[in-house]
Amino acid sequence: MSFLSFFRQKKTAPVAKERLHLLLAHERVSTGRSELIGRMRQDIVAVIAHHVGIEKEEVRVKINRRDSVFTLKIDMEVS
Amino acid sequence: MDKKNKAKVVVVTSGKGGVGKTTSTAALGAALALEGQKVVVVDFDIGLRNLDLMMGAERRVIYDLINVIQGTANLSQALIRDKRLENLYLLAASQTRDKNALTDKGVAKIMDELRTRFDWIICDSPAGIERGAVLAMKHSDIAIIIANPEISSVRDSDRIIGLLDAKTLRAKNGQEVEKHLLITRFDTERAGSGEMLEVDDVSDILSIPMLGVVPESRQVLSASNLGSPITLSDPASAPAKAYMDAARRLCGQDIPLIVPAGKKPFFANWFGGRAA
Ligand SMILES: Nc1ncnc2c1ncn2[C@@H]1O[C@H](COP(=O)(O)OP(=O)(O)OP(=O)(O)O)[C@@H](O)[C@H]1O
Ligand SMILES: [Mg+2]
Repeated sequence: MSFLSFFRQKKTAPVAKERLHLLLAHERVSTGRSELIGRMRQDIVAVIAHHVGIEKEEVRVKINRRDSVFTLKIDMEVS
Repeated sequence: MDKKNKAKVVVVTSGKGGVGKTTSTAALGAALALEGQKVVVVDFDIGLRNLDLMMGAERRVIYDLINVIQGTANLSQALIRDKRLENLYLLAASQTRDKNALTDKGVAKIMDELRTRFDWIICDSPAGIERGAVLAMKHSDIAIIIANPEISSVRDSDRIIGLLDAKTLRAKNGQEVEKHLLITRFDTERAGSGEMLEVDDVSDILSIPMLGVVPESRQVLSASNLGSPITLSDPASAPAKAYMDAARRLCGQDIPLIVPAGKKPFFANWFGGRAA
């Protein structure tokens, strides 16, 4: 490293910030505390309840991750 | 309002080790006592107690938390009054290696009793996300999350926030623990050069409000050598001022938060380093 390049070092903090954003988004989903799930659940229930009768409490929404693939699983009984 | 409702149980927690929990517990405890509050600092780091050292009371510990739980001593015998401030007390952790001596029931009983005697009960959590850390946070109304502006510390803080939302009595009763972020070991030089996460970014990423920013400083080490919370031994120092302000914010005072300015590395401007 030359004398000048020492003073022109790239800022590394923005890289750390970006990595944290992605990482925590994943970890919050896998530890089941993503707000995303709650909000999606509400929206999904609203749409389906518009067309058929459902027991709102009985709707289960789950996100799973296998490697880099996310799957969304919705469980409910319609009447 | 009766006394029981007024008392606040605070957990000082982090997930990651060595970020400044014990230092902050001592400094904030003393700061609140200086504000006229009746305070007890409680060491939950069973087997690795250190708060007694930071408070300069290590030679006065006769009974500890576990003795009270096991009934060998009552609470009054185990509470150690500070030599400098008469409204500041310490409840020491035990040196025992048997961490199961700290029982759920025992902790609940002690917390109930402390609530009737103090305004503030400040619990120094052990590092990690295991049983000890969960027990330390269980009864808390308020959590102070200690983080260093560094990627692994922030990640661990996020895990701890998850635990606060799941494992505390408040969470189980459908209430929330009030959360505050206290950044410690903030290095002004590295902040100036863009090497360190910005404190506002950390607060954003974790979505919790900032209680204070404590700079990295040799004075913190000197205070611990002396066995004194820095807010008592060196109140004019930058870290002590940050802790005093944080304590006042906890008491509900509206004090503007000034993040210590990043110093540019020497000569940086001359060579076009974009340090600003
Ligand atoms: N603002 C600061 N400036 C300089 N040194 C600091 C600062 N805050 C804490 N330290 C030092 O960092 C070390 C760890 O601090 P402390 O014991 O308070 O951390 P901790 O989170 O309680 O650790 P543990 O997880 O092991 O319980 C100590 O040597 C302490 O003196
Ligand atoms: Mg500690």
